[in-house]
Amino acid sequence: MIHALTLILICQLAGETVTRLAGWPIPGPVLGMAMLFALMLANARLAGLIVPTGAGILRHLSLLFVPAAVGVVGHLPTLAANGLGVALALIVSTVLALAVGAGTFVLVARLTGGRSDA
Amino acid sequence: MRDFTEIWSYLAGDPLLWLCATLVAYVLGDAASRTVGRAPWMNPVLVAAILLGLLLWLTGTSYATYFEGAQFVHFLLGPATVALAVPLWTQRHALRPALLPIIAALLAGSATAVLSALAIGHAMGLSPQLLATLAPKSTTAPVALGISEGLGGSPTLTAVLVILTGIIGAIVVTPLMNALRIRDWRARGFATGVAAHGIGTARALQVHPQAGAFAGIGMALNAMLTALLAPWALGLF
Repeated sequence: MIHALTLILICQLAGETVTRLAGWPIPGPVLGMAMLFALMLANARLAGLIVPTGAGILRHLSLLFVPAAVGVVGHLPTLAANGLGVALALIVSTVLALAVGAGTFVLVARLTGGRSDA
Repeated sequence: MRDFTEIWSYLAGDPLLWLCATLVAYVLGDAASRTVGRAPWMNPVLVAAILLGLLLWLTGTSYATYFEGAQFVHFLLGPATVALAVPLWTQRHALRPALLPIIAALLAGSATAVLSALAIGHAMGLSPQLLATLAPKSTTAPVALGISEGLGGSPTLTAVLVILTGIIGAIVVTPLMNALRIRDWRARGFATGVAAHGIGTARALQVHPQAGAFAGIGMALNAMLTALLAPWALGLF
């Protein structure tokens, strides 16, 4: 487990370093994810080592958003001033984006003959 | 025995108390979500945040003090994002045949998220600064903050809108997809990652492993695309 955790942190560090040096507009951990994925594809033994630890971290992914979500509480007065407009924009655009995204996926999958495992 | 207020003043300044409170609030939120069979409206992040918000308010604790303890949990977001490579690897054989649907759904979902939010905000008379703050709300938090700052928005408020968007997405996705009769877990997951970033991905991982893997890809790709798309979209309003 400690080896897997070390490798995950190294990928994050490498991702942060590269995105900062190159000035890319993507976050370091996202590049770190791509790096780890490439390493796992290249080496099945390494992948087997990472899987249980990675799955363990992700089992309670929701927990990791709690501290940031508590921060929302302090911003409620600012939000209340523009409450209706902001609430409407957030809710409607999220529903639309979900529907359009999933609909497009299904449509293109059908057109290109991609099989669904559902 | 020592005075309670004396013990409280010691504990309240200690990171352990708020770290512990964060975990307890999440365990309660998760238990509540489990009790209702993971019904989408009982979102564990939302429950935990409300409980902690009340606790901070009742004890007169500042968010900065709270965060000194909670930062240890917050820090794990980075490694957890890297760990999203795991579901991606597990689903690696499902990726290549889905390449075209992924590209199409990314472009359509990402553009819809940004343009519809700006159109509604504009119609509701939000200020240009608030529109810039709103534009990247479907993107994962670290990218959204950078985009908002670059456009002249308020990064702290963007963080709030990002979290709210994630919670909204995690709550509406299951009933919405059922209503639309979309049963393809790849499509459901991918759209969730694009529209509702990590909080949506956390929900997708809970519902179905394939949805979780595709949500992770959706979140990562949308982070890159929104960075390019948001400045252009804001110029339209």
